Amino acid sequence: MPAVLEIEGLRKTYRSRRRGTRNALDGFDMWVEAGQVHGFLGPNGSGKTTTLRTLLGLIRPDGGRMSILGHPVPTALPQVAGQVGAIVESPQFFPYFSARDTLSLLAGAGEVPEQRIDEVLELVGLRERAGERVKTYSLGMKQRLAVASALLKNPRLLILDEPANGLDPGGIREMRTLMRNLAESGMTVVLSSHILGEIQLICDSVTIISLGRRVAFGPVDEVLAQHSSGAVRVRLEAVTDLPLAATALTRAGVRVTTNPDHLMLAGVDKPATVTRILAEQGLYLSELAPIAVDLESVFLELTNTAPVPGQHRQVDQSVRVDGPAPSAPTGGGWGA
Amino acid sequence: MSLFRTELRRLGKRRFTRWTTAAGLLVLLLIVAGLFVSNQKIGPEQRAEARRAADGHYRDQVRWVEQERADCERAKAAGEQVDYYPVDCAEITPPAREAIEDQWFLPSTFDFRDGADGMMIPLAGILALIGFVVGASFVGAEWSTGGMMNLLLWRPRRLTVLLTKLAAVLTGLLALAVPATALWFGSLWLIATFRGSTERVTSGVWQSLLLTGVRGMVLALVAATLGFALASLGRRTATALGGVIAVMVVGQIGIGILLDAAQVRFAEAWLLPTYAYTWMAKSIKLEDWRSCSASYTGECNPTTLELTWQHSSALFTAAIVLCLGAALWAMRRRDIA
Repeated sequence: MPAVLEIEGLRKTYRSRRRGTRNALDGFDMWVEAGQVHGFLGPNGSGKTTTLRTLLGLIRPDGGRMSILGHPVPTALPQVAGQVGAIVESPQFFPYFSARDTLSLLAGAGEVPEQRIDEVLELVGLRERAGERVKTYSLGMKQRLAVASALLKNPRLLILDEPANGLDPGGIREMRTLMRNLAESGMTVVLSSHILGEIQLICDSVTIISLGRRVAFGPVDEVLAQHSSGAVRVRLEAVTDLPLAATALTRAGVRVTTNPDHLMLAGVDKPATVTRILAEQGLYLSELAPIAVDLESVFLELTNTAPVPGQHRQVDQSVRVDGPAPSAPTGGGWGA
Repeated sequence: MSLFRTELRRLGKRRFTRWTTAAGLLVLLLIVAGLFVSNQKIGPEQRAEARRAADGHYRDQVRWVEQERADCERAKAAGEQVDYYPVDCAEITPPAREAIEDQWFLPSTFDFRDGADGMMIPLAGILALIGFVVGASFVGAEWSTGGMMNLLLWRPRRLTVLLTKLAAVLTGLLALAVPATALWFGSLWLIATFRGSTERVTSGVWQSLLLTGVRGMVLALVAATLGFALASLGRRTATALGGVIAVMVVGQIGIGILLDAAQVRFAEAWLLPTYAYTWMAKSIKLEDWRSCSASYTGECNPTTLELTWQHSSALFTAAIVLCLGAALWAMRRRDIA
């Protein structure tokens, strides 16, 4: 599949006399294929918004290359801007204009037909409230308006930063359906979000960023598989047999952690091996459960941002990857 | 072109633009109403009344002089040493009747030929004020509400966006200033017709007035450009407004006091309002009364410095190049976060 969005070695450094130098982006890479819903994840301050702003020409990069729809950006941004719809960070609109006025002014600036305004208002569920001033809107309604403004151009690439922020559960589900429908219609969607359950549900692929560098990349299933530890939980009919079972499994080369009522096994290729070893010892299982990883646990592991009791993690306290990215890209390189 | 039309629409839709314009026009309306109420047409009746008032004033003067002369003679006879009386009390004489002119007692009247030119200054001042605050707010509010960022996602050419916005502000201001100036002329003409005189208004007078009107509009455009540029530089409307207040309070009043204390010659030449006034008046003559011991009897003439509209235009050009250049440079270079 051709790449709609390519970023290679993107660097952005902020220099301040008081706070010194901070690398917001430190050789960041990203690759998004056409027609995908791509999740863009990272802890607060990891460089997500800086990446999106840089990609959209709002921030000047210090190094690296970017392209959108095959055009190098920011140089060719004026040529591709009409095909890219975006919202960056929280939605911001002039509070005294109505939603319709807001969209109408954007449509005028972008030479979009007026009829498209009604279409997008309908899509995001704001048709009935379109005449009201934006200052009367809730955060969720502003979010819907922001998505409407991004959809106004009927873009080929849609970039949404935290689109579910402030939405009620019904709104989140509607947004999820909308994203899927848009992707099915051929639109490529890049979605930045902290609601990892949502990302896992609707995204085809993800990029995880930490401290300005990519720490994971690829289809969601592959990223999960690569970070699955092969852990298995074992329970026996008799709890008193656990030490015996632990000894037998350890002898067979399995890493065992003993808990009061179960064993946790690591490095198990095939769960059938466990049943065979224990059966040979006359020990019988009441539970043998592979531990599935979800995107949240992978994210917390990769970014080292899992909460630790008694500690207060600070922003920027996450993992730095100095070597090659731990998960291999599924697509080709720059310009492939 | 679509961006320009859209920005004009945006300008017209903004409440601040509408309220500021309405407030400015209301002030102009009040000035016209005040001018109308405070002036009268001069006819035989008013002249006769003025003559009666002058006669009455003359009689009062005669009565007062006689009283003073009597007091003087009484004081001299009593041998009092009163230094405010002359040596010879006969020197206390009433003024000649001709010295008290009837025209001093005529009611205020609006002479179009003499008064219209000066009345262009409040119009230009109000238009400049509207231009400055609306220009500053138009771009300042866009920055502070995130509208500029939204627009740049649609139109990534930053300088084009900023200059188009400026063009929309200036066009909108001209669309207000041209009819406002025409209405102002019309109102002054009507006041002169009903409450004054429209005599001696030649084509030359009209030409001069027209040029003053044009200079007033240019002043408003300059103010709008400066407000726009300052707010864009600071990304806040308050930057422009605060900057102007700072310049006026600290720069102008402070500099004025400092220059006066240092007895600098032609201190007004260092003050910005002098140049705005010079622009409207075409030229002004500053006088240095410290240059010699000048007196009313005319021992010598003070040294003068003539400022012309060319000096003002050079200053305006420099201010625009500096502020707008900095705003464009910042727009091109700075990150938009």
